[in-house]
Amino acid sequence: MAASDINATGLRRDEKMERLRLFGLASPALLLVLVILVIPVGWLFYVSFVGADGNFSLENYERMIRRKSYARIFQTTFEVSILTTALCVFIGYPLAYFMSQLPQRLANLCMLAVLLPFWTSLLVRTYAWLVLLQKQGLVNSWAISLGLWDEPLKMVHNMTGTLIGMVHIMLPFLILPTYGAMKAIDTDLLKAASNLGASPRRAFWTVFFPLSTPGLFAGALMVFVLCLGFFVTPAVLGGGKVILVSMKIVSNIELFVNWGAASALGVVLLALTVGVLWIASRFLDLDRMTGGGQ
Amino acid sequence: MLRWLSSPASDTQVTHGQRLWLYLVSIVIMILLVAPTLIVIPMSFSDSQYLEFPPETWSTRWYRHYINSDEWMLATRTSFKAAFLTMLFATPVGVLAAYGLHASKVPFIRAAFVMLITPMMVPVVLIAVGAFYAYVKLQILYTMTGLVLAHSLLAIPLVLIVTGSALKSYDMNQEMAARALGAPRWRAFLTITLPQIRFAVVTSALLSFLASFDEVVIAMFISGGDNPTLTRSMFNALRDQIDPTIAAISTIMILVTTLMMVLAQIFGRGKGG
Repeated sequence: MAASDINATGLRRDEKMERLRLFGLASPALLLVLVILVIPVGWLFYVSFVGADGNFSLENYERMIRRKSYARIFQTTFEVSILTTALCVFIGYPLAYFMSQLPQRLANLCMLAVLLPFWTSLLVRTYAWLVLLQKQGLVNSWAISLGLWDEPLKMVHNMTGTLIGMVHIMLPFLILPTYGAMKAIDTDLLKAASNLGASPRRAFWTVFFPLSTPGLFAGALMVFVLCLGFFVTPAVLGGGKVILVSMKIVSNIELFVNWGAASALGVVLLALTVGVLWIASRFLDLDRMTGGGQ
Repeated sequence: MLRWLSSPASDTQVTHGQRLWLYLVSIVIMILLVAPTLIVIPMSFSDSQYLEFPPETWSTRWYRHYINSDEWMLATRTSFKAAFLTMLFATPVGVLAAYGLHASKVPFIRAAFVMLITPMMVPVVLIAVGAFYAYVKLQILYTMTGLVLAHSLLAIPLVLIVTGSALKSYDMNQEMAARALGAPRWRAFLTITLPQIRFAVVTSALLSFLASFDEVVIAMFISGGDNPTLTRSMFNALRDQIDPTIAAISTIMILVTTLMMVLAQIFGRGKGG
C-alpha cells in the first residue's frame, strides 16, 4: 500500500471519530429522554399486559372493550378533538388569510393578537374562561342586558365550556403554520389568474386555497393530536362532565391506584397519537409542525 | 371611506368593500383571542367575591391575600426556582445537542433528532405518569432535582428547534477558518459560533424558563411536599371553586410572561434569532 493510501485511511478514521465525538455532544439530552421518557413509557407498556395476579394477561385491554364507560370516553375524546379542530379551521383560516393580505407592519401587529394568548399560561386562559362563562359571569350578564337571552345560560362545566376553552387555546397552533404557508404563496400566480380572466373568488379557490392547504393541514393535525391528549382545560371547564382519555388515566392512578388500567389507556392513547402522526407523515411534511428540524 | 371601499385590495381585483366581512370577522376573532386574558387583570382588583368587570369598588384585597398566604408564597418560590434552574440546565444541554447534531454527519442524526423532540409529541399525561414511576425508583419524587429534569425534558425540544434553525443559517466555514488558524474546536465554537447565534440561545433560554413556569400536568404528579409549583396549586384550587385570589396570581403570571416576551423581542432584534 502506498504511503498516501495509508494516510487517507487514517484521515477517514479520524474523521469518523470526530463525527462520533460531535454526536456525543447530544448524549446528555438523549440520556435525559431515555431515562425520563423512553424507559418509563416502556415500563407502562409492560404493566399494561400484567393482570391482577401478576401474570401476563390482556385483562386491562379486555376491560376497555367490555365496559361501556370506556367506549364513551373514547367517543367523547374523538368528538371533542374533531369539533375543536373543525372550529379552529373555520375560525383560524379566515384570520390567517386576513393577516396574510395585510401590509407587513399591520400583519405583525395582528400577529401579536395571536402570539399574546399563545404565550400566556394555559391555566390562566382556562381560568379566564371559567370566570367569564360562569352563571353570574360577564358573558351571561352582558348577553342578558343586551337581550340576547333571558336566563343565565350554563356555559361552563359542560361541553360548551370545554369547546370554547379548547378552541381558544388551540387556535394559534392552527393560525401560525397556515399563515406561514399563505405568506409563501407567490402573488404573481394570483395576478396571472386574474389577468387570464378569473374572478377574485375563482382565483382564490383554484390558486390560493390549494397552495395554502399544506399549512392548514399541518396546523389542523397539530391541533387534533394535541386535543387527543389534552388534560388541563377539559378537566377544569368540563367540570367532570366531559371525560377524556387523559383524565381517565389520571383518575385511574390518583383515585383508584390502578396502574394496569391507566397503562393500557396510556398505550392506546400513545398508539392513536403515533398512528395519526404516521398517517399524516405520509401525506405531508411533518417538519412544518416542528418549525424545521434537520 | 367610500373610495377606500371600492379600491382594489389585492392582485385579483377584489375591492376592500367586498372584503369588508373578512375584516369585521377577523377583528372580532382577534378581540376574542386577546380579551379574555386581559379582562382578568382589572377583575383581579375587584373587592367582590364575584369578580365583576368593571369592578364596582377597587381593592388590592386578593393580592394581599396572596402575599400573606404562606402556601401561595411557597408555591411561587418553587415555580421561580424550578423555572430558573430549568433554564440553566436545559439551555446548555439543548445547545450542545443542537450543535452536535448539526456538525456531525453520522447517519443516525435524523433518528436522534426525532427522539429528542418526542417530548413534544407524546401526550403530556403519559410523560407525567412515566416520570412519576421513574422518580419513585430513582427516589427523587417531590424534589427540585426531579422537577428540573422533567421540565428540561419539555424545554430541550424548544432549544433544539430554535438554536438548530439558527445554526442552519450560520456558515460553519467561519469555524473551519478559526480551526485552520489553530483554534481548538471548543474555542472556535465559543469565540466564533456562539456570539453569532447568541440571540437564538437567549430566546431558547427564555422559552425554557416559560416552559417550566407554565407547566401543570407533570408538576401535578411529581411536585408536592415542600415543592408544590404555583401551577399545581392553581390547578387544584380551580377544580374546587372560583377563588378570586387566582385572578391576582393570573395577573402576576401574565406579567411574567409578558416580561419574558419583551426580553425575547429586545434580544431577538439582531440576526440569528
